[in-house]
This record gives sequence, structure tokens and C-alpha cells, in this order.
Amino acid sequence: MSANIRPSGVFDVRYEQDISLNRTRGDKLLSSGLFLLLLLLPLLTVQGPFGVNLLPQLWIGTIIRIAIFAIAVQGLNILIGYTGQISLGHAAFMAVGAYSSAIFVRELGMSFWVALPLAAVFTGVVGLIFGLPSLRVKGFYLAMASLAAQFIIPWLLRYPLEPLTNGSRPLEVPVPALFGISFAHENAMYYIIIPLAVFMMLAARNIIRTRVGRAFISIRDNDLAAELLGINVFAYKLQAFFLSALYAGVAGALMAFESNSISRDSFLLDRSVELLAMLVIGGAGYPLGPLFGVGFVNLLTQNVIPSLIPPLNDVLPRLLPFINPVNIFAALSPLLFGLALVIFLIAAPRGLAHRWEIFKISWKIRPYAN
Amino acid sequence: MAEPAVKLHVQDISLSFGGIRALSGVEFKVRTGEIFTVIGPNGAGKTSLINSINGFYHPQQGHILFDGQDITALPAYRRAALGVSRTFQNIALYTNMTTLDNLMAARHIHMKANLLTGALFYGRARREEVAHRRVVEAIIDFLEMEAIRKSIVGTLSYGLRKRVELGRALALEPSLLLLDEPMAGMNVEEKEDMARFILDIHERQGMTILLIEHDMGLVMDISQRVMALDFGRKIAEGTPDEIKHDERVIKAYLGQEG
Repeated sequence: MSANIRPSGVFDVRYEQDISLNRTRGDKLLSSGLFLLLLLLPLLTVQGPFGVNLLPQLWIGTIIRIAIFAIAVQGLNILIGYTGQISLGHAAFMAVGAYSSAIFVRELGMSFWVALPLAAVFTGVVGLIFGLPSLRVKGFYLAMASLAAQFIIPWLLRYPLEPLTNGSRPLEVPVPALFGISFAHENAMYYIIIPLAVFMMLAARNIIRTRVGRAFISIRDNDLAAELLGINVFAYKLQAFFLSALYAGVAGALMAFESNSISRDSFLLDRSVELLAMLVIGGAGYPLGPLFGVGFVNLLTQNVIPSLIPPLNDVLPRLLPFINPVNIFAALSPLLFGLALVIFLIAAPRGLAHRWEIFKISWKIRPYAN
Repeated sequence: MAEPAVKLHVQDISLSFGGIRALSGVEFKVRTGEIFTVIGPNGAGKTSLINSINGFYHPQQGHILFDGQDITALPAYRRAALGVSRTFQNIALYTNMTTLDNLMAARHIHMKANLLTGALFYGRARREEVAHRRVVEAIIDFLEMEAIRKSIVGTLSYGLRKRVELGRALALEPSLLLLDEPMAGMNVEEKEDMARFILDIHERQGMTILLIEHDMGLVMDISQRVMALDFGRKIAEGTPDEIKHDERVIKAYLGQEG
């Protein structure tokens, strides 16, 4: 993958080599090695087939969650990072993917393997419809228009579609199966989600470095010039909305079948904002940005902030005696998350992926320059 | 001697923005394979004229024929696909892309990859990338841009960005090239380089070029025919020598002697 780094003095000698992701034999070994390692992880857990306790079971759930969110944020990256169209309704598209795949299986009796791609395309079409305002409006105005999706879709799920979605109560989702093998355990779901996530990340990378992706970036960088140089700007904006929602749809459907239950409340505006924060922290407009962002936010909210809360909880009630200690505790987590985000926007406004690019370049010219 | 074919025929076009008339009744023909220059004082309507030919503005009156085909109602991107390409007075590059990607992006109309084949990047999509890379590399070679191939264009100097923009316009493989002040703000060496590139494009590829330029010495040197605009009206058309001695042109530039 593009994650590969090269030492100084290794050159490309053919165009085929220059445009490929794995440009040297070492790159190829590293990429396939990392992928194989990723696939081996569930075998090392205590609930794996060998029952060896080399890897905490908790890690599997964490990697799955990172993979699912990386798909969703990659969708947002295509739309915001590459095409420059702002959307604040991404979580709503995840909801469309989650609910439509669940309904296809529950009501129409489809198998998971048919329902997943169908739900993805269906979500893409819904995204395309909500992309129509981009014909007329840009920037902040488009962001406001995209909020419509974030309010209309959860409302539709709550009231008019209640017989199908169970309204505000959680909807149970059946367990996927293939040739009699049940994917009830997370170690089994891992083998659906991880290869799919890797495939979707690679597909996004490939789209971005070919014709359609260059049209997206042209629109982001200069939409007038793009139109005058032969790009049907509106058609490509719509394709970006379609693709972005498709990614959100896949992520939503995977979330539904991984947890076997979905609730409308996990797809509201705060989730959309969280996805946006992940993209900004990771680096919008970089292929690895979503992965960095989701990984970092996961580390922050699951490890760093929980370990900071107990010591702060000892100190803060004494410093702020006029506030109910229970309220302080509830506010700490979002407060620390917000603080981290602000620090990031000041210290690394282009995200972690940009830092990684800088590191790669300096590695390549080492030791001749610094 | 047979009259050369007409590449572009602008028929009596008028363009206004609210109460302001940018162009009124402008009519001219550009013949295949010539360098046709439009001159005129600031605000004469030169850029509006290029924007109308290119499809960015839609004139309220008149027609534009390209290779005999009426393109007046076509959207800009369709005109580009027919072979109309341009550069901009104020550089309009894709700032965050490399030089190479800027040129590759202009190959859009010649490429076929879509979302699906692009996502897989295998077989035909991959061969297509390489084939078009060769075309783009030839242009990079021709414009002597090898050293900045992988530089982000936003970081390049003004003169180089102008050159990348010319390269991007060429990557479209147009049959009509519209150049809006390609030498504005350049020093003498940069101007000479640019003039040499324009002449090379014209002579090697027989490209039809419609040029807007203020440097009269240069205009008179490289153009076959010149048209002068003033306040949105055509005031003269002819060979550089005729224009140089045309009273209306002198009056438009220098004002009338009291």
C-alpha cells in the first residue's frame, strides 16, 4: 500500500512501476505480510480455534470497529477531502445502509451476501438524491443543505417507516451464514469485515489515482477550470455523492450485522460530527487519512480519556465546588475530546496523514538532506 | 489559391451583464492553422470574447460556429470535447495537484475509465493510464518541464505555472487553442520562452491559435492576423502591418490629438 516507505536511491524505471502502489519487491512483501498478519490475529485469541491467549479478545472488537469506521470516513474523504463538497449528513447514510440491509434480510428473506451490496447501492442512490443541491450551492450553503439528510432520514426511520424499523426501539438483525457456517462470533465476522475493508480502501485509492478521481480533485481545486477543460462537473459531483454514500452504506450494514442490533440513536448528528472530526484529525484528501483518524480517535476515546478521567475526578470537584460532581464527570469525556480536536487543528491542521507524507519524503532523501 | 478552411466563425455576438454591454455585434473568422490575435485596451471585451467561445459565458445574441458546427448552445465541457482548449489570464490550475496530474486531468475527455474499472485498476484501466502517461510525458518533454513533473503546482513560480497551464491546455489535444494573455507579468526571458513554445506548437502541430496579448512588439512578430476591440466593438481586422497603421486603433490606444 501507499504506506510503504522507500530509502534513498531506489528509483522507478518504467511508467508501470511509477504508477503502481507496490513499486518494489520489498513493498510487495511488506504489504502482503501486513495483510496476512492482520488475518492471523483472531487465531491468537483465547476464543480462537487454538485457545491460545496471545492477544486480548478485546483487540478483535477494536480492530473491527476501526475497520468499519475507516470505511465510513473514507466515504466522507472522497466527498470532502477529494471533491471538496461538504456533507454533514454522513451518519444518516450509515443509517440507510444499516436499516436497508437489515430490512432486506428480515422482510424479503435475502441472504446477507445479497443484502449487503444491494443496501450499498441503495444508499448510494439516496446519497445521490441528497447531492442534487450541489448543482446550485457550494461551501457553507451546501453544508446547510446536507443537514437536511441528517434530519429527514432519522425522522423517516422513526415515524413513517416504524413498522419496518421498530421506530425508536432497537431492531434485531439476523446472523449472517455461509454454507452452514454461522458468523455469530466476532472472530468470524472479522473475516468478512477485514478483507472487505482492505478491498474498499484499495478501491478508493485506485479511483482517486485514475480518471474519475482526477476529475473529483479538479472540481475541488478549480471547478470553473474543470468545466472548461471537459469535465462534466455536475455529473462528477453526483458520482462523488453516490460513492461517498455507498461507502457509508457498507459501513452501516457491517455495523448492523456485527452487533446484530441497530438503533436509530447511533446515527444522529453527533455521529456525523464525529466522522468529520476523524477525517480532519486523520487528514482530508489523503488516502490513509481515514485510517489514521479513526485509529487515533479510537485510541483517544477508548484509552487516553478514560485513563485521564479518574485523576481529574479527584481534583475537579474540589476546584469547582459549585458544580454537581456528577455533571463534571459526564462533561469530561466530550470536553477532553473537544480539547484534543482544537489542539490538532492548531498543531497539525492538515492531519496525521500529512505528517506521514512528510516523513516518507524525508526518509527518501535521507541522509543527503534533512 | 484556395481560401483556407474556417476553424472558428463568430457571428455577430452580443453579450451584456445587466446594463453593461461587454460585446456588441462582434463578427470574425479564424482560419485553420493561423495565429489570430485579439488586441484592445483594458476592458475592451477580449476575455469576455474568449469566455463566450469557450462556453463560460453565453452571449444573448449571435452564433458561434466551430468547424462549421453551431456550438452556441453547447455547455463548456462539451465544447472542450470537440477540441476547444484554453489558458487563463489569472492562472486557474488545480493547485494541489502535481504538474503531472494537472496534465493527466486534462486527458479526461480522451480516457474511458469509470468508477468501476478505475476502482479495480487492472487490465485496461492500467494500460490506459500508461498510454496517456506517454502522451503527457511528451508534452512535459516539449515544454521542458521534466524537473517539475512531480512538484505541486501551487508551489511553483509564476512563470512556470503559466507554462504548466499551457501544457494542460495542450494535453487536451485541442484543434483550437485559446490563450488569454499567456505572457502577462513575465520578464523578457520568460516571454521569449513562451513565444518560442507558441510558435513551436503552431508550426509543428499546425495548431490554430487565438491569442490575447498586450505586448505589441510580440503580437506583430508572431501573429498572421490581428483584430482590435474597443468598448466591446470590433474596430479593425487585418495583417499586423495594416493594424499598426490603422487610425482607429491608434486612436483607441493613444486617444485623439486635440
